[in-house]
Amino acid sequence: MDLTLKVWRQKDASSKGKFETYSISDVSKDSSFLEMLDVLNEQLIRENIEPIAFDHDCREGICGSCGLFINGRAHGPDYETTTCQLHMRKFKHGDTIVIEPWRAKAFPVIKDLMVDRSAFDKILQSGGFVSVNTGGVPDANAIPIPKEAADEAMDAATCIGCGACVATCKNASAMLFVSAKVSQLALLPQGKLEAQRRAKSMVAKMDELGFGNCSNTGACEVECPKGISIAHIARFNREFLKAKIND
Amino acid sequence: MSKLESKIPKGDLAKKWTNYKAEQKLVNPANKRKLDIIVVGTGLAGASAAASLGELGFNVKSFCYQDSPRRAHSIAAQGGINAAKNYPNDGDSVYRLFYDTIKGGDYRAREANVYRLAEVSSNIIDQCVAQGVPFAREYGGLLSNRSFGGAQVSRTFYARGQTGQQLLLGAYGALNRQIAAGSVNMYPRTEMIDLVLVEGKARGIVTRNLITGEIDTHFGHAVVLATGGYGNVFFLSTNAMGSNASAAWRAYKRGANFGNPCFVQIHPTCIPVHGEYQSKLTLMSESLRNDGRIWVPKLKEDVEKIRKGELKPGDISEENRDYYLERRYPAFGNLVPRDVASRAAKERCDAGYGVGSTGLAVYLDFKSAIERLGEDKIRERYGNLFQMYEKITDEDPYKTPMMIYPAIHYTMGGLWVDYELQTTIPGLFAIGEANFSDHGANRLGASALMQGLADGYFVLPYTIQNYLADEIHTPRMDINQKEFVQTKQEANEKLEKLLSIKGKQSVDSFHKRLGKIMWDYVGMSRNKEGLLFALEEIKKIKQEFWSDVRIPGDPGSVNVELEKANRVADFIELGELMALDALEREESCGGHFREEFQTPEGEALRNDQDFKFVSAWEFKEEDVHPILNKESLDYEFIEIKQRNYK
Ligand SMILES: Cc1cc2nc3c(=O)[nH]c(=O)nc-3n(C[C@H](O)[C@H](O)[C@H](O)COP(=O)(O)OP(=O)(O)OC[C@H]3O[C@@H](n4cnc5c(N)ncnc54)[C@H](O)[C@@H]3O)c2cc1C
Ligand code: FES
Repeated sequence: MDLTLKVWRQKDASSKGKFETYSISDVSKDSSFLEMLDVLNEQLIRENIEPIAFDHDCREGICGSCGLFINGRAHGPDYETTTCQLHMRKFKHGDTIVIEPWRAKAFPVIKDLMVDRSAFDKILQSGGFVSVNTGGVPDANAIPIPKEAADEAMDAATCIGCGACVATCKNASAMLFVSAKVSQLALLPQGKLEAQRRAKSMVAKMDELGFGNCSNTGACEVECPKGISIAHIARFNREFLKAKIND
Repeated sequence: MSKLESKIPKGDLAKKWTNYKAEQKLVNPANKRKLDIIVVGTGLAGASAAASLGELGFNVKSFCYQDSPRRAHSIAAQGGINAAKNYPNDGDSVYRLFYDTIKGGDYRAREANVYRLAEVSSNIIDQCVAQGVPFAREYGGLLSNRSFGGAQVSRTFYARGQTGQQLLLGAYGALNRQIAAGSVNMYPRTEMIDLVLVEGKARGIVTRNLITGEIDTHFGHAVVLATGGYGNVFFLSTNAMGSNASAAWRAYKRGANFGNPCFVQIHPTCIPVHGEYQSKLTLMSESLRNDGRIWVPKLKEDVEKIRKGELKPGDISEENRDYYLERRYPAFGNLVPRDVASRAAKERCDAGYGVGSTGLAVYLDFKSAIERLGEDKIRERYGNLFQMYEKITDEDPYKTPMMIYPAIHYTMGGLWVDYELQTTIPGLFAIGEANFSDHGANRLGASALMQGLADGYFVLPYTIQNYLADEIHTPRMDINQKEFVQTKQEANEKLEKLLSIKGKQSVDSFHKRLGKIMWDYVGMSRNKEGLLFALEEIKKIKQEFWSDVRIPGDPGSVNVELEKANRVADFIELGELMALDALEREESCGGHFREEFQTPEGEALRNDQDFKFVSAWEFKEEDVHPILNKESLDYEFIEIKQRNYK
């Protein structure tokens, strides 16, 4: 198929960006979206134009590196799919595709389609863990955990930290991301002990880093490539409230 | 010539690690604060090591090329992690895990290291559960296990099809805690491009900031490489796009021996190649072989019709299917080790029984498992893998069998290390997939995660202290010291040279060419003639690369082509060493299959008389044949046998 691509190009964080239009032909419907961009980049290199920079690594939908805003949607038109797992069969000959980076105050653009998501790391550094050192822990089967709780914790833990939730949210809130971690750990006996403290410090960090508030539109859940449910936000709110009451 | 001292502790196999720990030197808490450790890599090995060393009180500097440590390639591991817990009460033990690993590795790994690995394996599971890793559980609330290839017990712990992700997020949490505590300084989007030696010891690294292009140097009393494997030499592999060999390769060129470079694992169950534009291959976890059955049609005429689309796999009756693994290896069936399963697939496809439009695919069929267990159970076990398969191929594996073919997946070879995980350069350690140590000529499934975390949580934090205890009087060095300045300059010159070529061909075009040569001649099956041809071809690619590569853009900002070129330059050289090593090893063992050395039934023919050693290659100078050092493998505790999975 032949396509027209309108791609956001921006030299670096301080420059102003703009859309450039490129045509590409003979794209295989079986190639992935990023493979289509690889082919475009090869074309640009041949023309001595700097290729388009975008983040990616595993290309299996698990590392969370990739993330493009495609035709106005985080990770494009497919359901529960990362950009790297999006395949060209979702498009048709003659389409124009608009490709932008994540746009959020907390995720400044680095170059072209690459953004700085280190704010996510900072939030997790503020408490997204269980405070245990290596060694001296009990036997793994010492504390039975109900299968349902373990499964639900796993549902939350599948977050890949791509940032689609933030990019989609009109308030650029990181609530789905934060609540997934808080929820995962609060569901497990190992994480419960610190649940309230964790919720409080992660929220404080999230606010400090310039993410917006959650106004419960649920857009994040729809675009999350891992189908993480906003039910975790409800659990998070409970932990947070408990922490506030105990203050 | 370097002397290879494996430093295996004396005593009974089961006592070695205990004895070592009792006798090793330790660093006291006040002195730990005075010591800096560089850890390059934040996969399972690097993240667990950096976190554990930080907890102990060392000053740690941690590096990765991704934008966050959480995105290291380990995140993609699917199937599970082994441990000798024997929770299912099916006869597992430390000894059995040790034995399976040595045998699975075709008797080319060091006994003492492997025994220690099996010994600490249980601690890993305890540690991960304490961190909140949501492993799969039974209704009684206890941990669940599955089986993997090369074992007759169920010892694999898992978190759906995302075990690597969950383990890495656990280690990343521990790392984050130390970053917040100030004991670890994290440098994401920073690539190590050289190693600094001072008076023969590893004292630091040169890095490139992938955003600003700045070249910096960092000092450490010791340097740990946890930079993963080199499967991307083949261009197409299941590794992440950025996985690279550069850190290990630069260490090699500074004097670290490279162990068994030709030992590469080809994984039997990957989604087949479908087009020229393809950028990577996707693994379908080995765990699928628990419930999936592998087959091809028995009759050539059925093969023809399938390839033309006139028949669907479901149209082939049971008696016309060849479940070739079950036929050839009745004892292990679909769960034979990876090297055996891969070669068997190749054998069928080469004989003309392959399916798919290219004829390079076999079926992995879940029909009988779905009938036996129900679709829900299969969904619970492998849901995300089935979904991934469908996204890529547009076919529903609940309804039609998957098509799979072998692909490059893992590298058993790597930097040579002794029992302490120290390379031949004092002060330089290598852990995880980056070292050669525990898997011999073939790695068993679910053992890489185990080894990465064993090294990082439970081995290195001990052994590195034995080295650092003698370094407490070494003051922090000034990075303006001549060795740092000079190494930085050399690294810089290399980048400038690459940029100045301004040729016509893209980096990827060279990488693809290299990959094709490697796959065809240094891949699943090798012979002398092919290897000699590959060596010639690689030389040509190298020459052309250094005179005709095109890298647009400038060095002082994000420049992905420059990053790739710098890595591909190293892949080319490593590819050459792999071919050389494969040529020298005149036997078939594990993942290394030399066509000249096989039994009449086509099984690998090992030569213990002449090749029961680790090849440790030592760099001399550019374009000079490297020196082959040999570490003889002495099996004191087990009897060497011909591997038999029949
Ligand atoms: C698809 C897939 C599935 C797998 N499934 C399983 C499984 O189920 N069970 C199992 O046991 N094993 C599995 N494996 C193998 C296993 O995942 C790896 O062997 C293991 O994760 C390697 O871990 P590591 O810590 O050594 O390195 P990696 O996870 O590869 O990490 C390397 C780190 O080094 C950094 N790095 C690399 N080069 C540089 C440089 N030059 N400068 C700075 N930083 C650098 C990277 O940023 C990264 O942080 C799988 C592998 C693949 C590809
Ligand atoms: S590249 Fe890893 S999730 Fe897309």
